[in-house]
Amino acid sequence: MHMVILDNVDLAIAAALVLLLALLSWYMKTGISRQLLVAAVRTALQLTLIGLVLKVLFANAQPGWVALLSLFMLLIAGREVMVRQERRFRGWWGYAVGAVSMFLSSFAVTIFALVVILDNAPWYSPQYAIPLLGMLLGNTMNGISIAMDRLNQAAWDQRQVIEARLMLGERWDTAMAEYRHKAIRSGMIPMINAMAAAGVVSLPGMMTGQILAGSPPVEAVKYQILVMFLITAGTGLGTLAAVSIGSRHLFDQRQRLCLDRLHAPD
Amino acid sequence: MSQAPPLLQIRELLLPLLGPVTLSLAAGECLCVTGPSGSGKTLFLRALADLDPHEGEVYLQDVPAHTIAPPQWRRQVGLLPPESSWWLRTARAHFPAQWPAEPAARLGLDEAVLDRPVARLSSGERQRLALLRLLANRPHVLLLDEPTANLDADNTQRVEALIAGYRQQHPAAVIWVSHDPAQVRRVATRAVRLVDGCLKEQ
Repeated sequence: MHMVILDNVDLAIAAALVLLLALLSWYMKTGISRQLLVAAVRTALQLTLIGLVLKVLFANAQPGWVALLSLFMLLIAGREVMVRQERRFRGWWGYAVGAVSMFLSSFAVTIFALVVILDNAPWYSPQYAIPLLGMLLGNTMNGISIAMDRLNQAAWDQRQVIEARLMLGERWDTAMAEYRHKAIRSGMIPMINAMAAAGVVSLPGMMTGQILAGSPPVEAVKYQILVMFLITAGTGLGTLAAVSIGSRHLFDQRQRLCLDRLHAPD
Repeated sequence: MSQAPPLLQIRELLLPLLGPVTLSLAAGECLCVTGPSGSGKTLFLRALADLDPHEGEVYLQDVPAHTIAPPQWRRQVGLLPPESSWWLRTARAHFPAQWPAEPAARLGLDEAVLDRPVARLSSGERQRLALLRLLANRPHVLLLDEPTANLDADNTQRVEALIAGYRQQHPAAVIWVSHDPAQVRRVATRAVRLVDGCLKEQ
């Protein structure tokens, strides 16, 4: 298989396209140019850095280093989930709901896939563990932040209805059930849509990357299917966990709706 | 003097802007609470229904609230908020299978209102339906937050009569927040005024 090795000029040309977009946005006063450029610079820096880290990590595949990088990724993902919610929980709960749910789902699914499906030796081999975990965390992060945002927003907006149901003697989980279901659905729908459109409308990024890097398409497709199923399981489990933990935390021991536990945006 | 133990006892109930409040109510009593807006009448009722954190203890027939599961407590100490809430399309879906035809008739509601979309009902119809929905739980204590605010004189009189009947037959205790001095004279067996977070007997 032939593989085109990219050099810096190739990347600079691609960067010029983003720069052009930023100029155009600036000219049209959309107010997003700055954000666009910062994000583009972050992509370049962060990916270069992780490339170097992976290079070092692949060279000495110690379980301790793999675990450390995994933990670092989890902590960053936890922060992302938190800042993406408009009405997040106050205090450390705002961080913990997302981080714990991602730990329960992404880590569990990644380890399951490494040990049971890929069955590589050693199972924690960073070449498999880190990219898989990254894919899972990235997607689970989206699902959880969308679902939690929906859940907390619904609790805030529907306070009167939820409390009216409590007043009539409903349990907290019955009074919240509709909003819990909606939150879970909104967290899982992006993955379901992605699976439904995969291959027909869109060629998923991972598979495209593998094919561009020279893998035979059929092998790339198998990995893509594996990854999509893992992502779906991880996102779904993470969303379920976050909505369960989060909705319980909206109520206290006496099943009172505690909206003072949520941040009020300005 | 009645020797029966009080149905509802409130001991040292304390909220950030209210109390401490200590009082007891016997079955069949109707305590009216008046006071300027913002004096904490709604907060008082919410605390009794255990919807807001508070200090002190409330007892129902000598059983402290914290030993009763919250849904159970709220069915027995039922709060009717000033604005009714509906979360399903028709009112019928909010009621138990058996439509309470007799009390409904006394409120001037026929069964047809049940199948109209809630959004199309008048605020007065919704308010009376909300009272029926609350009474379907057969609460021992009724906490009524301006239950006749959206009603005309006829319907106000119907609601007052229905509540008086329920209170005497059940027999239940009622705490009734009202702005209308004439209504207080009609329905109250006792009246208190809430000023700056303190209850004053009248």
